[in-house]
Amino acid sequence: MTELEHPGGPGSIEDRAGHESAAVAPVTQAVDGIVVGGEGAIADTTVAAGLEIQVRSQWSYARTRFLRHRLAMASLIVLVFVFAVGALANLVAPYSYATLDLANILHGPTTQGHHFFGTDEIGRDYFSRVIYGIRTSEEVGVFVAVLSSIIGLVVGAFAGYYGGWIDNILMRVTDLVLVLPALAILLTISALLGSGSQWRVSLILAAFFWTGLARIVRGVFLSLREKEYVEAAKAAGSGDIRIMFRHILPNTLGPIVVNGTLAVATAILTEAALSFLGFGIKPPLPSLGSLVVSGQSNPQQWWLTIFPGLTILVIVLCINFIGDGLRDALDPTQRRIRA
Amino acid sequence: MLTYITRRVLYSIPVLIISSFLSFTFVSLAGDPLGQLRLQPNLSILTLNNLKQQYHLDASIPAQYWYWVQDVFTHKLGISLVTLQPIWPDITRTLGHTLQIVLTAELLALVLGVVVGIFSAIRQYSFFDYWFTSFSFLGLAMPVFWLALLLQILFVDIYLKWHVRIFYTSGLNSRAGGSAFSLDRLQHIALPVITLMVISFALYSRYMRATMLDVLNSDYVRTARAKGLPEWRVVMGHVFRNALIPITTVSALNIGAVFGGAIITETIFTLDGIGYYFYGRLQALDVYAVMAYLLLTSVMIIVFNLIADILYGFLDPRIRYD
Repeated sequence: MTELEHPGGPGSIEDRAGHESAAVAPVTQAVDGIVVGGEGAIADTTVAAGLEIQVRSQWSYARTRFLRHRLAMASLIVLVFVFAVGALANLVAPYSYATLDLANILHGPTTQGHHFFGTDEIGRDYFSRVIYGIRTSEEVGVFVAVLSSIIGLVVGAFAGYYGGWIDNILMRVTDLVLVLPALAILLTISALLGSGSQWRVSLILAAFFWTGLARIVRGVFLSLREKEYVEAAKAAGSGDIRIMFRHILPNTLGPIVVNGTLAVATAILTEAALSFLGFGIKPPLPSLGSLVVSGQSNPQQWWLTIFPGLTILVIVLCINFIGDGLRDALDPTQRRIRA
Repeated sequence: MLTYITRRVLYSIPVLIISSFLSFTFVSLAGDPLGQLRLQPNLSILTLNNLKQQYHLDASIPAQYWYWVQDVFTHKLGISLVTLQPIWPDITRTLGHTLQIVLTAELLALVLGVVVGIFSAIRQYSFFDYWFTSFSFLGLAMPVFWLALLLQILFVDIYLKWHVRIFYTSGLNSRAGGSAFSLDRLQHIALPVITLMVISFALYSRYMRATMLDVLNSDYVRTARAKGLPEWRVVMGHVFRNALIPITTVSALNIGAVFGGAIITETIFTLDGIGYYFYGRLQALDVYAVMAYLLLTSVMIIVFNLIADILYGFLDPRIRYD
């Protein structure tokens, strides 16, 4: 069993959070700081006051709530499919993203020769390019989400746990990043360095995306470091790092997961915008954003605009729905399992 | 309150200095201010060296930064080393255009967002609510540039097919020097405004709906109902006023995103706004013009952050600064 905290307001609901069954029966006291253990944490049935009560961990509640969230589940299925197609681009795409076919330029969508999305102005198969574009986008999105989550987590953990001057410095840096005009700075960096690989673009994006999570994690750490179980762990001789990452961290996993999921969407959108403006990923590697540029230069060929843009829209929409589903599922104040 | 404001203003100054110093360092390390001039074949080494000395480009970065700061204050942001023209007139002209578009879009988005948010909340799960919820989700997932492009293509097609000009798809006026407040201007800025509006509207209506729902379920609303107030007075007098607090903050903090969106939108609609100016200067690697833009937007974001904080304390009497 573990405590799971809502990101908002330090100390707001934390007491309700850990003891999910407290209202029904005095079941097992929540043992703080035990690592989140999926199935393992589900206790067997407890007999209390003549009733059989199944004690469920926060995570099994969360999982059930998520699985019953129809929109989120549908989005998850669509997203897994789209991302799988992108990840397996080498196998799925009928052509390479750079194969020219000058005999068939600006050909409309057709099943002939598998040009499902038509061809672009130098005869490259657009279907294949969109698939490779998905691969680029998902690489950028996932990498940015993971990296920025790690940065935000570490910064927030240190700031919240130690407080004092460490907190002061780290939070001032966070404030600084927050007041920078993000897109303009991103454009400037990319323009001055020239367009680059998807990894460099991701690194630059991640440098801007960690601030929100850092603040949330800091808030949780600030309130939890005063808890008795942290004191107990200290008395038992645990070091700071161990307390931070083993005892307090699991309580921030909810916000981290939600934030990370939504960061994938924001990263994909931002990368697409950068690439559209010509300061993103270096051609000929297609990105969904740079593909839309072919649509801009050939406005009469509707497929060049519609397909890459629609792909971005679908991916981002799915991620946002999943993020919402996760937020609902991981919210410990929701005891009700959603129909 | 006054001490709080003073402290916040004083605190903003080092933030601004550090952020501008960081971007200045980066921009001058990565970009060569004279890079474009060097490409001109008839420019002698002597002139280049003179320019270098004149603008202290051979000094260290902190020294260059110091000269630049002096230039910002004494010569209104200095001159561009690419065009050798002062930056200030360009900035004021383009900023005026951008403000016209951005303020119109934000105002419309706010009013519509608040109205839709209220009705979505008091008629939760109604047809209206579902419709606008779906619309907001679409709006939030929509790439700005794609939306702009779709609108552009749509209205160009309408013109080509039926020869009716509903909205123009580029520029600010049909003739140079046209009026800023005319039907012609309206036809030009309508599509950029719609583009910028969609995302802000989606954001504001979602926020408004969420906070309205939050407030609607609070105890004092139950009290208000229990003492027999008519529903419209409960909603307008008790719920609406309190639900406005978060949206004020959100809209003030949204300014950075709006200016970012303006870069994309103005570039696609080739509007002579500050975003398009920045984009053009960036492509020309015009270091000082880029710095001028970055400084200006940073100042604006910091000011709006400050406004958000102050408004928050002003609107919510529970917040006490001291």
